[in-house]
Amino acid sequence: MNGLHLMPPVASSVAPRLDALFWFAVALCAVVALGVFATIVFLAVRYRRGSNASRAGGSGRTLTIELSWTFVSFALFIALFLWSLFLFTELHTPPRDAQTIYIVAKQWMWKTQHPGGQREINTLHVPLGKPMRLIMTSQDVIHSFYVPAFRVKQDVLPGRYTQLWFTATRAGTFPLFCTQYCGLDHAQMIGSVVVMAPADYAHWLRRQGTPSTLAQTGAALFRSRGCSGCHGTNAAVHAPELHGLFGRAVHLSDGSTVIADERYLRDSIMLPNLQIVAGFAPIMPSFAGQLDEDEVLALVAYLKSLATPEQDLGASP
Amino acid sequence: MSAIDTAALPAPNFLARDDSLIAWLTTRDHKRIAILYTLGITFFFFLGGAAATLVRLNLIEPTGTLLSAATYNKSFTFHGVVMVWFFLLPSIPVTLGNFLLPLMIGARDLAFPRINLASWYLYMLGGLFTIAALLAGGVDTGWTFYTPFSTMFANSNVYLVVIGVFVAGFSTIFTGLNFIVTTHTMRMPGLTWFRLPLFVWAMYTVSLVMVLATPVLAMTLALIGLERGAGVGIFDPALGGDPLLFQHLFWFYSHPAVYIMILPAMGVISEIVACFARRRVFGYTFMTYSMLGIGAVGFLVWGHHMFVSGQSLYAGIIFSLLSFCVAVPSAIKVFNWTATLHKGDISFDAPMLYALGFIGLFMFGGMTGLILAAPALDVPLHDTYFVIAHFHYVMVGGSVMAYLGGIHYWWPKITGRLYSEGWARFAAILMFFGFNLTFFPQYMLGYLGMPRRYHSYLPEYQLLNILSSAGASILAVAYLLPIAYLLWSLRYGARAGDNPWNARGLEWQTSSPPPLENFTRRPTVREAYAYDETAP
Repeated sequence: MNGLHLMPPVASSVAPRLDALFWFAVALCAVVALGVFATIVFLAVRYRRGSNASRAGGSGRTLTIELSWTFVSFALFIALFLWSLFLFTELHTPPRDAQTIYIVAKQWMWKTQHPGGQREINTLHVPLGKPMRLIMTSQDVIHSFYVPAFRVKQDVLPGRYTQLWFTATRAGTFPLFCTQYCGLDHAQMIGSVVVMAPADYAHWLRRQGTPSTLAQTGAALFRSRGCSGCHGTNAAVHAPELHGLFGRAVHLSDGSTVIADERYLRDSIMLPNLQIVAGFAPIMPSFAGQLDEDEVLALVAYLKSLATPEQDLGASP
Repeated sequence: MSAIDTAALPAPNFLARDDSLIAWLTTRDHKRIAILYTLGITFFFFLGGAAATLVRLNLIEPTGTLLSAATYNKSFTFHGVVMVWFFLLPSIPVTLGNFLLPLMIGARDLAFPRINLASWYLYMLGGLFTIAALLAGGVDTGWTFYTPFSTMFANSNVYLVVIGVFVAGFSTIFTGLNFIVTTHTMRMPGLTWFRLPLFVWAMYTVSLVMVLATPVLAMTLALIGLERGAGVGIFDPALGGDPLLFQHLFWFYSHPAVYIMILPAMGVISEIVACFARRRVFGYTFMTYSMLGIGAVGFLVWGHHMFVSGQSLYAGIIFSLLSFCVAVPSAIKVFNWTATLHKGDISFDAPMLYALGFIGLFMFGGMTGLILAAPALDVPLHDTYFVIAHFHYVMVGGSVMAYLGGIHYWWPKITGRLYSEGWARFAAILMFFGFNLTFFPQYMLGYLGMPRRYHSYLPEYQLLNILSSAGASILAVAYLLPIAYLLWSLRYGARAGDNPWNARGLEWQTSSPPPLENFTRRPTVREAYAYDETAP
């Protein structure tokens, strides 16, 4: 037993501001609760049976009282809502210069893939002070990626990508939990996030010694799985051009437009008939069940590497 | 359905008539069915409590050595399923509601007595399926049945539990239907809508929610069975389904279900506070509208369970705003109960202690709900013990306190006996402190980051877990005490008389226990809370 802890570590850029809102909300609750409690005690003592406090006259202005505490409550709630809205939007909007790391969750482990090809199990090394964006997916059931010290959490779903971002502000090792119940060893699906000074991080990345970057692995898959047969530069088939695709607006055959982000790339590989590019026939076969999530991520990383620099949204290093 | 004016002799009460087992099991008397239900939900309360005991015992050690991970997962699942569907959801409506609704509106019975009995059988049948699942080895999906875990990955007895909850759902729908029709058609002449006790309003509102929400649960559970059994791709992306679709359907039911659990409690508290403060409920009309408002807006806030699920930013924002809106009527109710005490003539009998405990715990649970309704704060707190503490404050601190308060308040009416007031006050106070010791540390655990549904945990969370388990043992004693002194009162308690609290509702104008036909003399209809007037 390690004694009483009252605060989780504060180790991300957003954590102090979330804490400020949290304690504001707690203080608000405390003031209201103590107010109601004190009123109940006061009234209960003053008007206890047998006391000689006067009961004459009723409260005549019932409606005024009702309306006033209705609107005061509502105004306080809206203040809380707006403050939270501001932070929630920020939590959903990674900075443009965030570095991307890929996470694949499965019963009961976290697999990390760095763009340089480095892989980790149940740990995640990140540099101090750099915004990091995680693209996450699950191979089986729903999991949830939660680092209490960073105050961030995002469910990790099978069949689609979700993202989360943070900027670590304190070096050290912090617990990582799965918070979406995922079966027998849910409580063992824990790991750690290691925050290192940027120089140490660069050194760590080099020491991992990988044969190829994630994008290079993807390029090899692009050829071996036959993607290049249609999408290659010399292909005879009429297929969309993939150079410079990532981050661009894509016009679809139904008249709508989507931005080609990681989720779009994944869906186009696994569910190619979902969003047909305008001017092309829906002839691409689905790769669902043929590629595992690690391979899809490598392909996505390769397609991203084909983007021209000014179109690059989630710049890989 | 007017009562008979001519009966000169006191009619035998509903308990004293034919008391063979067959007579009880085939009764159409709403009062006897309420007793049958009380036996049922008490049994399930202690069954669910036993599962909670295992959970709390296991969490004393960070390594969770008492139970295996599999047994632990089955324990919290069983606790959740039993407490939600076989205790909390039915609790107040099927017992107190069943007993009191006809009495409070001066009717002889509910509109459909046979359907009422059928609902009890459906409830028990659903419960049997759930117990069968336990005997067959249990189920480990969590009470929320999240997909694709529940459909494609869990190896436990998912079908039996899903069938159990599905069947019990029809019991809920029947009860709701019965209450709605009864309230519309069987009120005594002169008993207009805005003269109804708030308890009747609560039963009416909750019935609307039951009838509208429960079918969605039934459909969702049927879809789970379809995917699990026939491999139809609905929720599992590997089959072409969408895992979030399940969460939308489930919470579209389960958030209104939260109000199914709390609205009846609000009705009970309104009756008790008015009686023991001897005041008309402050802002009666506002109270009725706020209940209807909670019932309606409660259908539009389900997405606040899904702020980190992967739903869009804009969906999160809208659901957050609506959640803050639904909190306004709840806040109004707390303020109005407090204002009811003003210029009252307050006594602190056991039901009032439960009611005051309810107000405190419900307010605290509600306000921490506001913290969770702010999506930026829900991000770190979601699926941690903070959420566990929040909903136990509302469901256990709120609904269970109100249920027990109501049982104590109407016990003399139901049984004709008085329980030991001293023991009852002691149990109420013990429960309040035991409850806070159990669940307040869980708020702190959640803020520190301890995830829910963890069989083992990091050592730094141990002290707070020990405090929580210690509180749970006090709470267990406090829940067992009423069983003892209430049973004792059945045999040895003093005769209660017809109206021991000098209360004003119509149910107090008949004898205790009431006769089969409820009233032998036509009761006098007055305003629900005519405490300023002298008793008849």
